[in-house]
Order: sequence, then structure tokens, then C-alpha cells
Amino acid sequence: MSGGDAIPEFSKAKSGDGQDVSLTNLSAFAGGPGVKSGAEVAAILVVAVVIIGGIELALRIFHVPQYIMPPPSAIVYALFDEFPLIAPHLGYTLVELFSGFAIGAVVGLLMAAVITQFPFAEKIVAPYILILVTTPMLALVPLLILRFGFGYTPRIIAVALAAGPMVMINAATGFRRVDSAKIALARSYGASTLQIFWKIRAPMALPMILVGLMIGAIFGLLTAVGAEMVGGGFGLGNRLTSYSSMIQMPQFFAVVLILSTLGILIYVLFFLIGKKWASWEA
Amino acid sequence: MNTGSARTPKLGVQAASKVYTTASGDLLALDRCSLDVHANEIVSIVGPSGCGKTTLLWSMSGLHRLTSGAILLDGKEVTGPRPEIGIVFQEANLLPWRNLDANINFPFEIKGEKPDRAWIAHLLHRVGLDGFGGKFPRELSGGMQQRAAIVRALALKPSVLLMDEPFGALDSFTREEMNRLVEEIWLDTKTTIVFITHSIEEAIFLSDRVVVLTARPGRVAKVYDVPFPRPRSLEIMATKEVFDLTNRIKMDIVGERRPKAQEQLEHKSAEIVRIRP
Ligand SMILES: Nc1ncnc2c1ncn2[C@@H]1O[C@H](COP(=O)(O)OP(=O)(O)O)[C@@H](O)[C@H]1O
Ligand SMILES: [Mg+2]
Repeated sequence: MSGGDAIPEFSKAKSGDGQDVSLTNLSAFAGGPGVKSGAEVAAILVVAVVIIGGIELALRIFHVPQYIMPPPSAIVYALFDEFPLIAPHLGYTLVELFSGFAIGAVVGLLMAAVITQFPFAEKIVAPYILILVTTPMLALVPLLILRFGFGYTPRIIAVALAAGPMVMINAATGFRRVDSAKIALARSYGASTLQIFWKIRAPMALPMILVGLMIGAIFGLLTAVGAEMVGGGFGLGNRLTSYSSMIQMPQFFAVVLILSTLGILIYVLFFLIGKKWASWEA
Repeated sequence: MNTGSARTPKLGVQAASKVYTTASGDLLALDRCSLDVHANEIVSIVGPSGCGKTTLLWSMSGLHRLTSGAILLDGKEVTGPRPEIGIVFQEANLLPWRNLDANINFPFEIKGEKPDRAWIAHLLHRVGLDGFGGKFPRELSGGMQQRAAIVRALALKPSVLLMDEPFGALDSFTREEMNRLVEEIWLDTKTTIVFITHSIEEAIFLSDRVVVLTARPGRVAKVYDVPFPRPRSLEIMATKEVFDLTNRIKMDIVGERRPKAQEQLEHKSAEIVRIRP
């Protein structure tokens, strides 16, 4: 027998704790600590200047025609010059994105919360959710347009259908992380099922919920723009098709620039929310 | 608290049995355990891992229903969680998304009661955690987390404190420090404590009585009195009496396990023999 008076442990199955998940598990977030030092920021800016300047220079030296690839300076000029014309389209896309995302997120969260309470129901629903997740909702847009016309409605529906399932599967993963000791702790003080949900299950699920919301929002943006390219006369997606058909490439790339900025803003927004409210797990 | 000639135990465990129903069949975790814990007493429960200590403690707290038998608190049957019973869980079991203050407020939030600020401040001071209220669990050492868990359990002024291997994950120095802290708290409050551990030394240092459970299914094998005065100094813990008691308890547990392991080994070799053509 080894020294000491402790009774040796036999195979001790550690139960309970759900595996750790966090925003930082997403490869997109895994790029190191969120706060960058001044030197790092400077380095990133220098690289940006070198790349953009290099492209500008190369395009001018080799006399690449604007309809193939406009130089960065022309894109920035077009962005400011054309912005008053683009702005209402941006607003249109944002309305679609916000309404569709809000609907999808609320329904997705509710379904995740309810379904994870009933493991049997969850098993039955799972394959259908998988279909919703894997089907590109863009494919439904022509059908939705036939049914609902060319206004906001078909696109809001498409955005909701794209964002909702993403929010749901991630939130459900979060809600499934039961930690029996923490639930027992709450129960030992006489907590009700509702109190256990709000004070234990929901906070434990929050990091995964945020991941779901972020992925849902980005899928929503893609779907909104794609849906605008399919038909109708408004939105940033419509601008893309319109500018490219008129071979107005600087304007075209100005819209692309706006879209990537939107995507980055979504990412940064959820990253900051995660840092503020879900950093306990990082 | 003597009502009548026979003293009513603070916490009575009467022929407690617990069967877990699992996918691979029924599992008898506790087999007719009986045990009385008297008011102001510290009783330790030791036994090999998996023998049903946690099961017994969760049953005492009302978190688990027994399959048969009963738990009595002041003579009344416990059928669910009770405010008079505080629990310190196996790991500190703090909520990682709450800072220390919010963790200690958690019981009051659930009950919809105003926290007793002065009492909590006193407890935090007692365990040496003043000034740490804004810290999150991940910013604290294991010992500090467990101290916070003790404060949380004592915040509601329970009359019985159930502790489930609270210091099992700590290094031996921190563990000894925590043991002295429990002793001090007991000298202060005289709270009835049921203390589960797999350290015999810890059990002897803390308890008035040590209950030894058998390997699964858990049964009460023996109960030892620990008659040393408190506070228990290092000198007392180094006496021959303590040494002998430690060894007797160790023999109880090991002696009980050894034939079993032997049996398993024989069973295995029998199987191997059978496979041969
Ligand atoms: N919820 C449960 N369901 C099924 N089996 C369980 C459950 N909890 C504990 N057990 C089993 O009961 C036995 C006793 O467990 P436990 O009380 O945790 O032992 P200890 O605390 O002494 O290590 C173990 O074999 C364990 O695997
Ligand atoms: Mg245990």
C-alpha cells in the first residue's frame, strides 16, 4: 500500500459536467486574445497599407482595365460618390436582416429551450432540424416571391429560415449541458423549475447561445443579399447585380466593401457581448 | 433539546436503502444504513470510492428519495430539501458566471429573502475572504473556492451542515488548513456536521464519531468514537491513540476489500481457462 492514510480511489467515473464550450472555441474567435497591443494594431495597419498600396500600384503599372479590377482608390471614391444612392438600399437590407433575424432568433431560442426539456421530442425533431440547417434557404426564394410578391416579406422569411435553425442548434447544445451538481445546489434551496431554468440552465447556455446568434446573423446577411439578387428592385444584393450588369465595377466593389464591413460589425458585436457576459468560461 | 428521556437525534438515518435504476439494470448503492447524528456533533463517514457516501448525503439532504427507509430531522421525516440543512458539495460548486458576492447571495435570491449582510460579512471575515467579493471563481484558488462554498452554505444559518468530500481536491497543506477552519467554525457555531471524506486522518481530526461504510452496497460496517478534546493540536494528532485508531479504520476498509479483489481475480482467471479449447 502506498503511504498516507487516504483510501485509494478506484475507477472514479466523473459524471456531470458538460464539456466546456465557449466563443473562443469557434475557429474564427481563436485568433488569440481579443485585446491587441498597440504594436500588433500597428503591424496589422502596415500590412493593410502594403497590400492595398501594392494592389493599387500593380493595377496601375499593368494598366488593368477598370471593368476587370478597379484600383482601391477608385473603389473608395465610388463609395463616397455613390453613397447617397446606395444608402436607401443599405437601409432596405438592414430592415430585412433585423426583422428576419429577430424572428428567427426568437423562434430558434424558444424551440431550443422547450425541446431540450423533452429529450424524447428532441429525438423526433432532430432530423427535421438537420434538413432546415443544411438546406440553403436561398433555394426557396423564387417560390417565396411567387407567393408573397417582391416586397420585404419573402426575404424576411428567408432570413428567418436561415438564421433560426442556426440559433436553435447552437442554443440547444448550450441548454443540453446539464450540470447535475449545480441543479442540485439550486434545488437544495427549494428552487422551482423556472428558477432553475433562469438561474442555472440559461446562464450555462449563454456562451453557446451567443455563438448561435452570431452564426445566425451572418447566415441571415448572406441570405438577405442573395435573396435580393434573385429578384426585386431593392437592397444591396440588387445593387450588386445592377452594377455588375452595367459594368460599374468601382461601385460594385464599394457595395462589396459595405457588405464585408457589415459582416465584421456583426462579428465584433457578438464578440464584445461575449466578452462582457460570457467571459467566465474562456 | 432533550424532550423526554431518550434524546431525539438531530438527524436520524433509519434503514436507508437506495437502488439506482440504470440502463444496465438496478444498482443497490445503499443497503439498510442506520445512523444517528446528535445535535452539535461532528460525524464523519469514510468508505471506499463508490460505496455510496454521496448517495447517503444527498438522501440526508432531501435531494434524493430513498428507495426504502427514512431520514428524520428533529424527529420529522425529510421528504425534500430543507432550509435547516446546508450542503457543501464535492467540488466547490460555485456558479462560474457569478462573482463571490453573487454566489453567496444565490440562496437568498432563490428564496426571495434579503441576505443577512452582517452575518455574511462576519463569515467572509472568518474564512479570510474579506475583500474578495468582486472576484470570480476562476480567479480564486481551490481552497478559496471551497471557503466561499462554506460561507454560502452557512449564510442561511442551517442547523445541520452536510459536507461531501469538501477538501478532496486540495493539496494536503491546504486541506489541513481547511480542517482547522472547520474546527474553528464548529467551536464558534456548534453546528451539527456530517462530514464525508476518504481521508481517515481528516475524519479523526474533525469528528466525535467516525462511521465506516462497506464497499458497494454501502452498509455501516463500524462506528468509532473519537474522544480527544478540541481544539485538536498537532501533539494530540501525533499520539499513539490516534495512530492506532487510524490503523484500525484502515484495516477495516482494506481488510474488507482485499478478499473481494481476490475473488474478482479468480473469477477472471476462471474465464480465461474456460476460453481455451
Ligand atoms: N444517479 C445515479 N445513477 C446511477 N448510479 C449512480 C448514480 N449516482 C451514483 N451511482 C452509483 O452508485 C454508487 C455509489 O455512488 P456514490 O454515492 O457517488 O459513491 P461515493 O460518493 O461513495 O463515491 C456508485 O457505484 C455510482 O456509480
Ligand atoms: Mg462521492
